[in-house]
Amino acid sequence: MNVSRRGFLKLAGGTLAAAGIGASVGVKSAHAKPSKIRYAREIPTVCPYCGVGCGIISHVSNGKVINTEGDPDHPINRGSLCSKGSALFQIPNNDKRLSKVLYRAPGSGQWEVKSWDWALDKIARNIKDARDKGFVRTNAKGQVVNRVENIASLGGASLDNEEVYSLVKFKRALGLVHLEHQARI
Amino acid sequence: MTNHWNDIQHADVIMILGSNAAENHPISFKYVNLAREKRGAKLINVDPRFTRTSATADKYARLRSGTDIVFVGGMINYALQNDRIQKDYVVNYTNAAFLVNPDFKGPADLEGVYSGLSGGKYDKATWSYQLDENGVPKKDTTLTDPNCVFQLLKKHYARYDMETVVKITGGDSKEYEEIYDLYTSTCKPEKSATIMYAMGTTQHTYGSQNVRIFAVLQLLLGNIGVAGGGINALRGESNVQGSTDHAALFHILPGYLQAPKASQQTYQKYLEDSTPETTDPKSVNWWGNYPKYAASLLKAWWRDADPEKSYDYIGKIDDGVNYSTIPIIEKMASGGINGLFCWGQNPAVACPSARLVRRALAKLDWLVAVDLWETETASFWQPEAGVDPSAVKTEVFLLPAASSVEKEGSISNSGRWAQWRWKATEPPGDARDDLYIISELVHRMKHLYAKEGGAFPEPILGLSWEYANSGMDDSAHHPSPRTVAKEINGFFLKDVEIKGTVYKAGQMVPSFAFLQADGSTCSGNWLYCNSVTDTENRLMRRDNSDPTGLGFYHNWAWCWPVNRRVIYNRASVDLNGKPWAKDKPVIWWDSLRKTWLGDVPDGGGAPGAVHPFIMVNHGHGQLFSPGMVDGPFPEHYEPLESQVPNLMSRQQESPVIMRYDKAVQERVCDPMLVEGAAACVFGSPDKDRFPIYCTTYRVTEHWQAGQMTRWLPWLGELVPHMFVEMSEELAKEKRIRNGEVVRVTSIRNQEGILAHVMVTSRIRPFTVNDQTLHQVGMLWHFGYKGRVTGAIANDLTPLVGDANTMIPEYKAFLVNIEKVRR
Repeated sequence: MNVSRRGFLKLAGGTLAAAGIGASVGVKSAHAKPSKIRYAREIPTVCPYCGVGCGIISHVSNGKVINTEGDPDHPINRGSLCSKGSALFQIPNNDKRLSKVLYRAPGSGQWEVKSWDWALDKIARNIKDARDKGFVRTNAKGQVVNRVENIASLGGASLDNEEVYSLVKFKRALGLVHLEHQARI
Repeated sequence: MTNHWNDIQHADVIMILGSNAAENHPISFKYVNLAREKRGAKLINVDPRFTRTSATADKYARLRSGTDIVFVGGMINYALQNDRIQKDYVVNYTNAAFLVNPDFKGPADLEGVYSGLSGGKYDKATWSYQLDENGVPKKDTTLTDPNCVFQLLKKHYARYDMETVVKITGGDSKEYEEIYDLYTSTCKPEKSATIMYAMGTTQHTYGSQNVRIFAVLQLLLGNIGVAGGGINALRGESNVQGSTDHAALFHILPGYLQAPKASQQTYQKYLEDSTPETTDPKSVNWWGNYPKYAASLLKAWWRDADPEKSYDYIGKIDDGVNYSTIPIIEKMASGGINGLFCWGQNPAVACPSARLVRRALAKLDWLVAVDLWETETASFWQPEAGVDPSAVKTEVFLLPAASSVEKEGSISNSGRWAQWRWKATEPPGDARDDLYIISELVHRMKHLYAKEGGAFPEPILGLSWEYANSGMDDSAHHPSPRTVAKEINGFFLKDVEIKGTVYKAGQMVPSFAFLQADGSTCSGNWLYCNSVTDTENRLMRRDNSDPTGLGFYHNWAWCWPVNRRVIYNRASVDLNGKPWAKDKPVIWWDSLRKTWLGDVPDGGGAPGAVHPFIMVNHGHGQLFSPGMVDGPFPEHYEPLESQVPNLMSRQQESPVIMRYDKAVQERVCDPMLVEGAAACVFGSPDKDRFPIYCTTYRVTEHWQAGQMTRWLPWLGELVPHMFVEMSEELAKEKRIRNGEVVRVTSIRNQEGILAHVMVTSRIRPFTVNDQTLHQVGMLWHFGYKGRVTGAIANDLTPLVGDANTMIPEYKAFLVNIEKVRR
């Protein structure tokens, strides 16, 4: 699907063109190199840091994010960004990002690289063993509670809505009650 | 936020309290400055430190950390003594006129506590209203009855006189008087003021009451529901609004439904307990729709089961028992948790008494961390954490996740705008998005329980999980966030006729008013119903036109509820539907066409037909709030760790805080763990060993527990070191110079942590009760992983939380500081 910013503007109705990118005219120079973002696709996103929700444009070329900058069309930030939002570029372009599934065995002093299937199978097995062992059918008063107290889950504020909703659905289906995230701290 | 970011431009006065917005939400200042430029608005900032926000303020005043209720209580007293209230609003829209049970007694009568206190809990029987023969609260609209809320409020805050106020806060009475005068000038109907707050407000043992007192003040001044008004929480995480809406919290289900309790053994009992009733025909009582939302949620989760049946599938919490983060830490320390998931959260840095947390992690059988980076939590077993790996038997999985530009989905900002983010690029190497990981685990659990059976398999086997790709993604098997978004909105499960229109099975439910209690609709979160239609995912909208010129941007993304940009907006007009402020109306009544114009109105009906506060069962803004666990009016208590007695009453700290620090000490045998739960309470001899108040705070270059900034070269270079900020006076007393390294200790960590000193005039000593008190501030962004590293501030913070929410008391605790001799 074509997700260029211009495409969105078209979908949103032609009246916006003057207010948006149409007004941004670069300074002319006889010797200027062509801008590296000139032929890049523009993909809109929202800043992953604080709760203001500023718009950011990622410029993508050959599948790589080659630049990020404030979205001038965004009604909250109008192109402005703080130091964190301005650094978004260094998240997709960072040699310290995790790129492998890592496993640390009990007592071991190091990580081992594993496959997704291996790790997910083992995690699923751990969940099932713990759940089957810890499942509480009735509480001290004899009330049916159908809960699991020996598995806990933290986090979710950095996930997308669709992800955190799915996470909560999954954890509640397991019977978890120790279900918490960053809003609590 | 009751309002939203762009709306700040309409304020006449802006008060930033418990937040350093200029530093931590810098783009919010676009609208603070716009209000100042266009309206001549004034900015007030009150803070223990002179921050970047203070530097831009028209009026700045100081308070000692933890004395917000005293400062604002003094302002309420000033407003009431000087008739600085919006009388019509207060009489008609708040519960000021309600008559309270004559047996109700407050701190003015009972030495700092409310009637009903017993065994560290309140019996709220007397926190009730006198009802008429129809069951509607009796009212005295002259506001003179000694039992009316208004008179009780007046009596309560009469004790917050200026002399007492500054004696407790350590502030300056002249500065306070000027601020009180300026802020309460917005009691005029056409004026509004907004309050911007953040963790400086909430991270106290009475943090919820710190927020409550803002609501009381704003209701008295007629500032709720209006443009440029409201109480506005500046949320710290990009989607912490959404993750709260979708209920990644023990006590709620999506859309702020209640988590079921053990005493609610049947679905019917659960609905009866959760659905408020009213006999007042003018009360909309929106939560009266509770059964529709609950049934639609259960159908979203278990499509093939009746809600009566699937209600059993959700774990019940024991009545009165707390299962939140601090109790999880306590349970982990005492060996009661076998497995822990951390989805982008880094408790080894972010949680209170973080060293205790790291030691408690070693008691787990297994830990699954899902993150972009190797976090302190995932690596708690390494020598860098001061641990011998061979002694740690925990199995650890570290799963590489996709970043925000490497997947698609929506996030909800502080102003409740849910905005879509499109995928720009692939995640690195084997990294995958969280939805994939969650989905794969669900399929595996279903497979294992189908194959082997096990404990109560029904909820897992029957879980509806049909998020297969709808043709828009690049991978055939990948669960589609677009499909999940449809389920969150909800759709009809069979053909349903509503008011003459037939909705076919599979059609999107147009808005939550169409949800059904009989299981014929599903909706994963009723608050988000209206976000996806049959033709459009509104979260993706990018039309930034603003036809009203008021900055609503109704066609940009979508906001809950039903795209209403200012909630409680029915209170922005008088009983005839005329806006209090004609130059910045939120809604207005078109009497010819008999319709509301402007924003999406809160509640239906003609002007004056319904009470404006539709989410509370009596329909009125609550000056008096029986829902709180620690009192219907906010009352000052000292932080758990304080150097001074409570000068307001004999009750030193909140009488109803839950002491998990004590629980750890009682239940855990390991002395290493017990140490981490110690507290330095008032009256103990330890107080003299830890004489300095400490607070934690943030800088604009880093974020939260640091894993999202310390790994970035640009941000790491900007602020490369952990530091503790102290006054010139304390530095002189301690003979410490700027840049030197000190050891900061608390009773929980007597080895202490090392930090560089930043000596500034931004922090100054306070004089409280004729005592000189020093306060220092520390960053909490650092840890031992990342391109830049530093000590973990939360190794010093106490394991105690707010009485209502259990949010930790990070903002006021006691430490000592000594110079490190090299």
